[in-house]
Amino acid sequence: MREFGYERAFDVSGAVALLGSDPEARFLGGGTNLVDLMKAGVERPALLVDVRDLPLGGVEFTDGGGLRFGATVTNSDLAAHPEVRRRCPALAQSLLAGASGQLRNMATVGGNLLQRTRCGYFTDINKPCNKRSPGSGCPAVEGEHHNHAILGASAHCIATHPSDMAVALAAFDAVISYETADGPGELPISEFYPPVGDTPHIETALPPGALITAVTLPPSPVTAHSRYRKVRERASYAFAIGSIAAALDVRDGVVREVRLALGAVASRPWRARTAERVLIGGPASAEAFAAAADAELAAAEPLAENGYKVTLMRNLVVAVLTELTEEGSR
Amino acid sequence: MTPSTSSAITLNINGEKYTLPVDHRTTLLDALRERLDLTGSKKGCDQGQCGACTVLLDGRRAVSCLQLAVAAEGREITTIEGVADGERLHPMQQAFLDLDGFQCGYCTPGQICSAIAVIEEHAAGWPSAATDDVRPEAGVPALDAEEIRERMSGNLCRCGAYVSIVQAIAQAAEAAGTQAKEAAA
Repeated sequence: MREFGYERAFDVSGAVALLGSDPEARFLGGGTNLVDLMKAGVERPALLVDVRDLPLGGVEFTDGGGLRFGATVTNSDLAAHPEVRRRCPALAQSLLAGASGQLRNMATVGGNLLQRTRCGYFTDINKPCNKRSPGSGCPAVEGEHHNHAILGASAHCIATHPSDMAVALAAFDAVISYETADGPGELPISEFYPPVGDTPHIETALPPGALITAVTLPPSPVTAHSRYRKVRERASYAFAIGSIAAALDVRDGVVREVRLALGAVASRPWRARTAERVLIGGPASAEAFAAAADAELAAAEPLAENGYKVTLMRNLVVAVLTELTEEGSR
Repeated sequence: MTPSTSSAITLNINGEKYTLPVDHRTTLLDALRERLDLTGSKKGCDQGQCGACTVLLDGRRAVSCLQLAVAAEGREITTIEGVADGERLHPMQQAFLDLDGFQCGYCTPGQICSAIAVIEEHAAGWPSAATDDVRPEAGVPALDAEEIRERMSGNLCRCGAYVSIVQAIAQAAEAAGTQAKEAAA
């Protein structure tokens, strides 16, 4: 591991200034991904700016019933928060589905959003990887890719985004607030993760040196009737091979409102807007759910070894929307 | 200016203060084992996947292999060496002994630290991924085998002593619950 300096920041402007003092500096949150990648040589910061002690650890309500939580709230505190569980169960479930009890205690909201892909070629510095080393190639396209993207990928990179939390945030239109040396800004999550295109090394739309300060979930009653389901290759403590965050409001058998996002299928959490459009105003039936899933997945471009994900995601959409419909009618 | 790549830090471990110079690259696990002779915390994978290095940071379980020592300054660190009350074992340690919750023992310190935290998290009303209804109105389910397995999934045991580990934690949880009820009565 490369040697590095360490500074602890106690206020947001101080943290941003410290980061700006060194082009090779990185913010350190829980460190569960960054420290691991430093050991592997993938990340080689010259300076770590520890942001764990910043006053960004609150969960509060916004006018009209939204939720706002700070960037240093741990994954476990957010998952356990009664109002998160009441107003947006899918968000709590997505957090609980991620990593282990130990890692959730360490990991922060900001770090969760910025975590890197677990593609085996990205994490092995002896392999080419367009994300880690632009222009070097993507061995996954012809190689080991059974858990890679089926939607929105490019020939340059087929890696998936690993976050569970971000899938729920994508379904519920979260807004990410940040601070820079030039002042604050915000990005809707739909713009936070840019399409992969030919720039897989550019993973977020954050300006250089920006510090994530908070995430806001806008008021939306439908999120109280939501669910996150994750499929993995073992019962617990593994990254998803497919996941879904969904919220559904059905009245008299008709879909009044629906939110749908898919995980582990693309370089970013995949908001299923095509499926949502097909569903709105239509019947809440298994056939309609399947038709909506098919409409979304028509754009899928599976590779030799990950075609199962198309079937998996279709079945997940039908299963979770059916469950939400049955729960809602009780 | 090149930043300094080492610092003199003071760690608060099991109620005692230890001052030592560390290269910033030093993990808390390596500081404990290689510098402070606290070898109870074990190095399994060294990448946050096995849980053998689990300690409590400010009372919460964490993997010490991904925790930089310099970033642990100012926090209360509890290792397996600090969970007993003098000569009296922690009830979780005793339960692991009573029910053979181990075979080779390498993962055991991490299992026990993690399990102590599981009972506290459950008592605080935290749901898990095994919890059907996470809404606070639904209450938190009993710490049955399914809940224990999910909540302990960050601790691997290559001997496969899981059956006894689950039983030990269930017994300790039951004892803790009875104690809490008696205290409340």
